[in-house]
Amino acid sequence: MELLNQVTQFVISGLATGAIYALIGLSFAIIFNSTGIINFAQGEFVMLGGVLTIFSLNVLQLPLPAAIVTAVVVTTIIGIAFERLAIRPLKNATPLALIIITIGASILIRGMVMLLWGKDTQALPAFSGTDPISVAGATLLPQHLWIFGVTVLVIVGCRLFFHHTISGKAMRACSFNPRAANLVGISVGRMVLFSFVISAAVGSLAGVIIAPLTMTAYDVGVMLGLKGFCAAIMGGMGSGLGTVLGGLILGTLESLGAGLISSGYKDAIAFFILLLILFIRPQGLFKKGETERV
Amino acid sequence: MKKLVSTAFASFALFCLSTAALAAPPIKIGALFAVTGPASFLGEPERNTAQMVVDEINKTGGIKGRKLELITYDTGGDATKAVQLANKLVKNDQVVAIIGPSTTGDSMAIIPVVEKAQIPLISCAAGSKITEPVKKWVFKTAQNDGLAVARIYEQLKKEKKTKVALLTVSDGFGSSGREQLKAQAANFGIQILSDDTYGPKDTDMTAQLAKIRGSQAQAVICWGTNPGPAVIARNAKQLGLTIPLYMSHGVSSKKFIELAGDAAEGIRLPSGKVLVADLLPKSEKQRASLLAFIKDYQNHFKAEGDHFGGHAWDAVMLLKGAIERGGDTPAGIRNALESTRNFAGIGGVFSYSAKDHAGLSKDAFTLVEVRKKDWVLVK
Repeated sequence: MELLNQVTQFVISGLATGAIYALIGLSFAIIFNSTGIINFAQGEFVMLGGVLTIFSLNVLQLPLPAAIVTAVVVTTIIGIAFERLAIRPLKNATPLALIIITIGASILIRGMVMLLWGKDTQALPAFSGTDPISVAGATLLPQHLWIFGVTVLVIVGCRLFFHHTISGKAMRACSFNPRAANLVGISVGRMVLFSFVISAAVGSLAGVIIAPLTMTAYDVGVMLGLKGFCAAIMGGMGSGLGTVLGGLILGTLESLGAGLISSGYKDAIAFFILLLILFIRPQGLFKKGETERV
Repeated sequence: MKKLVSTAFASFALFCLSTAALAAPPIKIGALFAVTGPASFLGEPERNTAQMVVDEINKTGGIKGRKLELITYDTGGDATKAVQLANKLVKNDQVVAIIGPSTTGDSMAIIPVVEKAQIPLISCAAGSKITEPVKKWVFKTAQNDGLAVARIYEQLKKEKKTKVALLTVSDGFGSSGREQLKAQAANFGIQILSDDTYGPKDTDMTAQLAKIRGSQAQAVICWGTNPGPAVIARNAKQLGLTIPLYMSHGVSSKKFIELAGDAAEGIRLPSGKVLVADLLPKSEKQRASLLAFIKDYQNHFKAEGDHFGGHAWDAVMLLKGAIERGGDTPAGIRNALESTRNFAGIGGVFSYSAKDHAGLSKDAFTLVEVRKKDWVLVK
């Protein structure tokens, strides 16, 4: 019975962490699908979400909801600036060159945040209290419900956007074949910019909702970014259910591994899974060969 | 008229000569601190404090009428750079003693330099291997991790708790603590039931804590620096963990209470006495030093003095005592340092000897508990 309780706790903790990975994974996939590049500055968007919320809350003295909106908007603007200044000017760059640019941008953003706000870790107050909620012998915090809720909303929102709006459909068209999309009158450049907007917004939102639980500092983006990248790879870089499942599976396996096998191997387990999938199913866990991306 | 001028010249020349004779050259002391880089949280308060103390000594007339000159270099926490700068201090600046470096890595790297040059070194880093085995010219002021472990185990033994669970961070600080926790357990009759770790960047430790909750452990000992322990405190509260949670001296600052929030209540940790200086009894030997240091630091830098600054305070003051007793030659300073007894500084009461160049006992740590977002002494 004790073991069962423990396993329930491992699974619930894992799902909560996994939901975060899923959100970050989604924002990876959105940019990949419209540009073919992996944006390694994605983790920095997550970090900016948390850090800017704390800044707006403590220094600008804004109420929490306004602070969150400010953080997401400012991060999105940084995302736009990044695309305009670093990605767009390079017309015919190879994806590899662009990927290296994103790595450079991530180091730049991290360094600037460190200089502006210091190296201290900071905590954001929980959105609705810290009284634990008991579920089937396991406990979770109200903040976990916020994470699950926001993740579901973002997934539904992405689905509706990509399948039921003109802009969303145009972005999918660009991902299938940019040249053909251009020929039918879709501005590929604008779609790329759109993808950075959505991705920065989703990433920073993830950073905001996890900040009360995990706290935040200038360097939290690196590991979260890598885990989100793992989730996206598991989902085959699609911005749909695959990535979400990838994130949830990754979180749960990590938590079960730490609890039942050894906590020392927690990260090793995640990256072992990543390697296995890259070897055996490079197209992702839930895909049949080359189908649609987005 | 001519006579007047020559008299004036003569008296001026005499005056110059006499002042030159009065103002003996300053005693040069070298300092190496990691003011920038990842260990800057150590190096910055250390440099500030060292300069502050030296200025103060000079203001009150120096040592036996001679001023001190502190030559400070920044190692950036880089061992290669530390070695270059140590050589520079020895060869170019010709210092009589060196204080610092801030990190164990830097300290270990420059030990061969000072041993060869025969210049006394007072390190401000914590690693026990700096002075174990004893090196002739090397001393240190920061408390060994082992002393903090002993302080926790002593309390557990007093409360007749014999079964503990370990949760340590997988970096240098955590693994050093873990080694000490495992090595000393038997001496205190303590049994380690589980030995878990977490990564320095991990954001959720409920899995490890749920496992500990399911075991027979009577206390959890967590060894890490922020933010990990704050996450663990929150996770423990989430899981409703009822057994006492002990942290290391790595989180003995107000920052930890701020990060962990309500979850910090009831958590205990061994800490240097600077944190609770105002709570110490009047009979406490270190009280005067601690209060002086805290007041000075507050006046100069508008910030609370911490342990790290304290390590540099101790180093400069120990050196001052040694120069007063042993003169200004490196060998004289070394011998006087080794014969220092019962010096009540910031890190503890130092008593060096030929066999002990760390100089502290477990009384250097005091056990504190978080209550109402502040520290109280554990009796």
